[in-house]
Amino acid sequence: MPRQVLPPDVPAAAAAAPAALLPSQLFMLFTQTAILGFGGVLPWAYLFLVERRKVLSKLEFSELLAFAQILPGPTICNLAVIVGHRNAGLVGAMTALAGMIAAPLVIVTTLGVAYRHFGDLAPVKHALAGMSAVAAGLVVAMALKMARELPRLWKNVIFAGLMFAGVGLMRWPLLAVIGVLAPLAFISFGKWTRR
Amino acid sequence: MSNEGSIAGSLFVHFAMLSMMAIGGGVITLAPDMHRFVVDANHWITDENFIAAFTIAQVSPGPNFLFATLVGLQAAGWLGAIATTVAIIVPPAALTVVTLRASVRSGGSALGRRIKSALAPVSVGMILATAWSLARVADNSWGGAVLTAVTVVVLMTRKLNPLWLIAGGALVGMAGWV
Repeated sequence: MPRQVLPPDVPAAAAAAPAALLPSQLFMLFTQTAILGFGGVLPWAYLFLVERRKVLSKLEFSELLAFAQILPGPTICNLAVIVGHRNAGLVGAMTALAGMIAAPLVIVTTLGVAYRHFGDLAPVKHALAGMSAVAAGLVVAMALKMARELPRLWKNVIFAGLMFAGVGLMRWPLLAVIGVLAPLAFISFGKWTRR
Repeated sequence: MSNEGSIAGSLFVHFAMLSMMAIGGGVITLAPDMHRFVVDANHWITDENFIAAFTIAQVSPGPNFLFATLVGLQAAGWLGAIATTVAIIVPPAALTVVTLRASVRSGGSALGRRIKSALAPVSVGMILATAWSLARVADNSWGGAVLTAVTVVVLMTRKLNPLWLIAGGALVGMAGWV
């Protein structure tokens, strides 16, 4: 058991289900989590899953989150799928995911339809321009913070720089740039991490 | 076939492939390529529509990736919204379930560590590209650029709920400074 579990291994916590929730309970739990999640669902997921409902321990949460992050796709949805699956199998995975998405989808499409009707009005246009400049700033700050946490290695600088240049500056297709850089990065980290 | 139908079909295929590329930094790192595909390459929506979709999803509750739904909605109506949403959600969710069921243990944690180290710089590059492309689209005036810069400085130096900043941005915008 002391073997350190790291992705892409499935964490042990993904299998064990001490107090199983029903699919309907999973749906409600994730709906609650999602509609409170303004500007990021993750803190609310922690609050509900770990502190309030005690569906996961702190350790299980961080283990499953790390696993959800390494899988492709929206991290928070992957987490919902994992927690749902652990509690109620395939049906649980689907209902947890549905709970995470259904209510926010209704809200966001309502706003989207409103934008289609009123987006050309001057006050709306101006307010959105200001909000967009701030929203861009949020992403810039997040990018800088992530870059700051990257270990100071030449190959990290090179691969992050090439990725940025290819997708951001040159605007080449993401699939092509990842298709070239990800395998190269994988090869370059070969000897370094081997124990 | 209706034009919206064929656009929705192309959106579905492209976004489904993209969804599997969202590693580490989340679905917003796909924004540059979505922008390239729907604005630059196909002209289905404008720069302004794209950044509005992103911003509306940011101020709505729930997962941020729902901006893809709005991109689809604007490009091809309801069919487009359904196509992009399903394309972003289903392939990764299916992979997650398959991974859980198969209990894949692909070679132990050395491989896991190696994949993680290799993907870290790639996903940082992706989020930097996202920051760049969103700022480029959002800041087509000096006022916008200043607002973005102020946001960055505030967020890097203190803990503040970003929603307050976005509300402030709305006011600054309505005052006509952006």
